[in-house]
Amino acid sequence: MSDIRIVIDGKEVFVPKGSTILDGAKKLGITIPTLCHLDLHDTKMVNQTASCRVCVVEVEGRGNLAPSCATPALDGMVVRTNTMRVLETRKTVTELILSDHPKDCLTCSQSGECELQDLAEMIGIRDINITGNEMSTYKKDYSTSIIRDMDKCIMCRRCETMCNNVQEVGALSGINRGFNAVVSPAFELPLTETVCTHCGQCVAVCPVGALSENDHTWKVVEALANPEKTVIVQVAPAVRVALGEEFGHAPGTIITGKMVTALKQIGFDQVFDTDFAADLTIMEEGTELLGRLGRFLAGEKDVPLPILTSCCPAWVNFVESQFPDLIDIPSSAKSPQQMFGAVAKSYYADILKIDRKDLVVVSVMPCLAKKYEADRVEFSVDGNPDVDLVISTRELAHLIEQVNIDIDELEDSEFDKPLGVSTGAGVIFGSTGGVIEAALRTAYEVHVKKPLPKIDFEQLRGFEGVRAAEVDFDGLKLNIGIAHGLGNAKALLTEIRNGNPRNFHAIEVMACPGGCIGGGGQPYHHGDSSIIKKRMDAIYQIDQDMPIRKSHENEAVMELYDKYLGEPMSHKAHDLLHTHYSQKDKA
Amino acid sequence: MANYKMQMLVCGGTGCKSAEADGIVTNLEKAIVANNISDEVQVLTTGCFGFCEKGPVVKILPDNTFYVQVVPEDAEELVAEHCVKGRKVERLLYVNPDTKEIISDSKDMDFYKKQMRIALRNCGLIDPDVIDDYIARDGYQAIGRALTEMTPEDVIDVIKDSGLRGRGGGGFPTGLKWQFAAGYDADQKYVICNADEGDPGAFMDRSILEGDPHSVIEAMAICGYAIGASQGRVYIRAEYPLAIKRLEKAISDARDYGLLGQDIMGTGFEFDIELTYGAGAFVCGEETALIHSMEGERGEPTTKPPFPAESGYWGKPTNVNNVETFANVPAILLKGADWYSRIGTERSTGTKVFALAGKINNVGLIEVPMGTTLREVIYDIGGGIKDGKKFKAVQTGGPSGGCLTEKDLDTPIDFDNLIAAGSMMGSGGMIVMDEDDCMPAIAKFYLEFTVEESCGKCTPCRVGTKRLHELLEVIVDGKGEMKHIDELKRLSRTIKSASLCGLGQTAPNPILSTLDAFYDEYLAHINDKKCPAGQCTSLLSYYILEDKCIGCTACARVCPVNCISGEVKKLHVIDQETCIKCGACYDTCKFAAIEKR
Repeated sequence: MSDIRIVIDGKEVFVPKGSTILDGAKKLGITIPTLCHLDLHDTKMVNQTASCRVCVVEVEGRGNLAPSCATPALDGMVVRTNTMRVLETRKTVTELILSDHPKDCLTCSQSGECELQDLAEMIGIRDINITGNEMSTYKKDYSTSIIRDMDKCIMCRRCETMCNNVQEVGALSGINRGFNAVVSPAFELPLTETVCTHCGQCVAVCPVGALSENDHTWKVVEALANPEKTVIVQVAPAVRVALGEEFGHAPGTIITGKMVTALKQIGFDQVFDTDFAADLTIMEEGTELLGRLGRFLAGEKDVPLPILTSCCPAWVNFVESQFPDLIDIPSSAKSPQQMFGAVAKSYYADILKIDRKDLVVVSVMPCLAKKYEADRVEFSVDGNPDVDLVISTRELAHLIEQVNIDIDELEDSEFDKPLGVSTGAGVIFGSTGGVIEAALRTAYEVHVKKPLPKIDFEQLRGFEGVRAAEVDFDGLKLNIGIAHGLGNAKALLTEIRNGNPRNFHAIEVMACPGGCIGGGGQPYHHGDSSIIKKRMDAIYQIDQDMPIRKSHENEAVMELYDKYLGEPMSHKAHDLLHTHYSQKDKA
Repeated sequence: MANYKMQMLVCGGTGCKSAEADGIVTNLEKAIVANNISDEVQVLTTGCFGFCEKGPVVKILPDNTFYVQVVPEDAEELVAEHCVKGRKVERLLYVNPDTKEIISDSKDMDFYKKQMRIALRNCGLIDPDVIDDYIARDGYQAIGRALTEMTPEDVIDVIKDSGLRGRGGGGFPTGLKWQFAAGYDADQKYVICNADEGDPGAFMDRSILEGDPHSVIEAMAICGYAIGASQGRVYIRAEYPLAIKRLEKAISDARDYGLLGQDIMGTGFEFDIELTYGAGAFVCGEETALIHSMEGERGEPTTKPPFPAESGYWGKPTNVNNVETFANVPAILLKGADWYSRIGTERSTGTKVFALAGKINNVGLIEVPMGTTLREVIYDIGGGIKDGKKFKAVQTGGPSGGCLTEKDLDTPIDFDNLIAAGSMMGSGGMIVMDEDDCMPAIAKFYLEFTVEESCGKCTPCRVGTKRLHELLEVIVDGKGEMKHIDELKRLSRTIKSASLCGLGQTAPNPILSTLDAFYDEYLAHINDKKCPAGQCTSLLSYYILEDKCIGCTACARVCPVNCISGEVKKLHVIDQETCIKCGACYDTCKFAAIEKR
């Protein structure tokens, strides 16, 4: 065994080569407080900037203190984590951070979730005994999805690592020097003028309130309080497997029924399911895939293949700004959120016999980019958006708390009809691999005209960043690619740009690690990526338990086609359910 | 050197150049033509002579006459008298300030007597733009010997045995550093020369690059051979245009001579050098920050290990040495490790170049054997304190160093002694202070620099140095309390212990060393609300002395805020409420009637 032996606080521990002192301490159950460090093993993200200096320890034979998160364990190393020098330094460093941090915890979006607050509490800081009162101040940056309040930035650089190394978007980097150093887009541009995709992964890893979602909770309350409005809500699949975490449930707990009851108690007129719109998406996107494939197999040249899924707004934004040359290959189908909005404000408004302006469509999404998506001008009619307000899973949890609902005491309820009827195919949209699996379930039966021998396409599932699988359509072999995390997507898209050597026919991309279940609006995972995997298991569990698991068997969707749209890809379907993309020149 | 009977060497260092050295060269050349002696006398622009206080310098060979403070208008007389008639122009010769004796040969001057030039061996002697000048002074012999007579291991052994330590500030043994880089296998390795000289007032590296660029190029190639690298980079700050120009010319000439490029000297060894420009950030002198900057990233340090020897430039094994370190290498290889290790002290061998600045008579660039005392440097070479004032302290190691005092004057200068005394070698800045300097204010000045130059990555440096600076501001403003001293000490402990790189780890040194040696001055500011040196404006007031004021009104006329009142020929009075303490009245009064207290 090539393990390395180190001694921490007098206790011996063996760790594999490449481990840090912190890894060794964890193994021994010794707590070393950290702040900037973040290790998301499964997404290959390690933030090891060693910049906060909270985790410093004494190493025998070394003059200064060593950051335990970034110092490799070397054989024979003797480490002390509990000397008075370490304790004094840890406290002083924390005080220094606090001395340049606003003391507005009472009104901070991160209060209660803040890792700096936790650290100050753990150390027991009651007073900041440091003279000097200059604070670094920056202009606040508001977008529809993300708010940057850099006065609160502690320069941990997690967002930067996430944006550049995992997502490979490159919107954020360190600027300025010394006391004025801060993480920012180039030239301190507002996020909306940069290549930012609004994926919100920076928000997901920010330990303090420097990066937060643009909270729409109170706008929702306002709409609900307005007697002139009919307010309906749709809930994305990934929300039901994560919301429970905000109420102390184990990750992966499924609370769909209680969530629906809570939404009804809050006062939404109808509680619908984005899964319905996901099934609708499959009808359009699956038909589009088969259409393109048919033309390709008939020998037609210049068929835009592989078809790329287009459910993820951050991903669409990424293609528009970074791969404009490939802008014709994503499916033209709108995302489920926007299909829902379009159908709600036409078909459903007609059923209710009300004007679309009197109908407020609220989305609950695991995602921050959905706020940006709902705000895109092409998704509105005469200035009235198809989706009016988007709140994240976290915001819904806050709203439930506001209304004094004890979620554990609620009975289960069903989603309302017709836009709450869905299948197992709709729910797996929440996980990486799910959209393409749902599409294949339908495309297979439409193309082969026989029932699927096995509904589960297990070869498409998993947590690998880039996956490829071959699917047999009764003799027709389809090559499917899947990527989650924009960095992985970039690799796959670069491959397509360079001639598609693996002959992919269809590719699914989700911007966030794990897919929507790991979205920027989900409950904070605080670096524990096993939480995302548990949500994934729950998503497939729901699918498993559904009586109907194929989108084309969704009766409500069929009724919508019968009564309103005609058939998939019809003229009316095109008008309502499809969109177009345009190049974005951004810094 | 050529067939001329006489050579006139004009200092072309940045200091002398800005004092019209170019004009001197032009006028000398004109005068030589006018006197029809173009075949006999040659004018050369050289690198820095070091005696910047007395620049521009013109030295005449072969008789070693050393003319000081020459202006272009002197050229005609110099040529007519010295070159044509063989008579020295006495008014341009150096006068010993103590004995008033006229000294014509630089080797007889106190400034040069105790110096020993290894790194600067060619500066002021050769034309840095002429590769043949360098070759004539044994240039490129060392690389020749290394390539033909020595294995890479032999070269590393010689450097190790010589005891050479890094001259950039860290003092890490150079041979050992080379050995580490040699020990890693890779398809590509790099030799980087750190020419990012950032200490305020330091110009050692610049002078070497301007005066003897080939010595650095040769040394980098030797290092490349020793560690197995074929690529060299010089990271040089863009504010050094002259050094860049000379280095570029030298690299191009070396390539033309087959001393860089493929198959050097027919031995099959390949090595070439490119320049990368830095934007002048102090922290980029730290090697990991330097490498990130070279890669186009933000110039900020990362945790070591991994050391650059394992994973440096583009993740390849990389050896980074400073300019002065490299400049020593060819001499060591030619003269041997024994010769070098006998110079200096046991654990700090060889010589060190210092940039002497501040309140000292002979400002300039000097090179002395390690072990020379501060007293010898300041009084013998530096000629003592300006205007006969009293010596107070000397700051070594730049902004990261500490203030040394009277009690340290007889300490032999070497890496370890300076650290033991609470300062450090640094890259060789030496700033002398006299009785008029206020030490808390000096500490504040240095902190201002570190606050400005901190990259902002780690908390202790980003926020800590700012807080130290704020504390010092409170103290020099007369609002200090005794608890602030404890706070300074506590913060300094944390910043030294927990900062990521050398910049932060040494930033509190100016505070700690002045607190140690000049505690009374801090107390005076805090308890008595007085600045003993009379520098801190918040703590002093100007008064007009009744018995000296004759009522000339001069002070009232210069006062920018009109706070001095009084009739002609009657006593004037300063309104303390309105006075902004600018000192204009004090400077104007011809009767010493204004007192600062």
